[in-house]
Amino acid sequence: MSMSKKAMIAAAVAPLLLFAGLAATLALGLQKDPSTLPSVLIGKPAPRFSLGPVRTGDSGFSSADINGRVALINVWGSWCGACKIEHPYLVELAAQGAPIYGVDWQDDPADGADTLKKMGDPYIKVGNDQAGRASLDLGVTGAPETFVIDKHGQVRFKQIGPITPQVWQATLQPLVARLEAER
Amino acid sequence: MMRHPRRLASALTATALFMTPMLAGAVEPDEMVPDARLEARAQSISKELRCVVCQNQNIDDSAAPLARDMRLIVRERLSAGDTDAQAKAYLVARYGNFVLLRPPFQPNTWALWLGPLVILAAAGSALAFAARSGAADPEDLLPNEDEDLI
Repeated sequence: MSMSKKAMIAAAVAPLLLFAGLAATLALGLQKDPSTLPSVLIGKPAPRFSLGPVRTGDSGFSSADINGRVALINVWGSWCGACKIEHPYLVELAAQGAPIYGVDWQDDPADGADTLKKMGDPYIKVGNDQAGRASLDLGVTGAPETFVIDKHGQVRFKQIGPITPQVWQATLQPLVARLEAER
Repeated sequence: MMRHPRRLASALTATALFMTPMLAGAVEPDEMVPDARLEARAQSISKELRCVVCQNQNIDDSAAPLARDMRLIVRERLSAGDTDAQAKAYLVARYGNFVLLRPPFQPNTWALWLGPLVILAAAGSALAFAARSGAADPEDLLPNEDEDLI
């Protein structure tokens, strides 16, 4: 019975094929990091905000401060361990002229100021977002996160996690240079 | 021996006491709005929204500071007159559909929603087909199955 033999082979092979397909799909899924969510804000205007000061006697940071400029908005907090890792490097980049602005998220301004005093201050402007509203408007899911804003106030990129020399050289620095060249 | 039931009872009580705050969610009294109906709406919306920090929890259950901020936003939007859908859309605009624990039915989720039904239908019809042709032709059985029948 050649017909039933064929059917038998099909019946034996089909589950294997199904399994292989499923395994391949799941293996691909495992490569993805579920903690890094793509930002829905990419290509959209950055939210408007006006944040009070972190440094004493300072004017804080509002979205109008970066009008017409390429800016890196770094969301951090004195409570955030990973932010401490990137902080010295941010100070170094700021010294080289990187346009870094800060949002001190879910933090007491005094604690934020204390961190800047102890670890250095890389920010052109920095504002306190203790209530978390500006950060929520930015779609922040954790700290540190850094948003790259173009001259037209559009969000162009979101860096999740610390800015390392590798991230800077491979991604952020070329992007900032390109955005600076845009009209 | 006599003391065992009592011990069991106190263990159960302790467990119950321990569990109660979990059942009540993570909403702090100072977050709640005075309007009970609005608060109930806020809590049911919160159960449908994912805490984006602790991804497998809803924001009603999560103790994360960001979840608290999101709960407050939901209450603020409802107090401002938003419908439930508008309040959810407010967070979707910031965090994407990922923030919804129940994905919406739209072109890029058709496979997600309909896939299981399609597979079930395909498997069902394959099974029906196999059963029909198998019953008609005993030679389809493997040799040892044939012996089992005898």
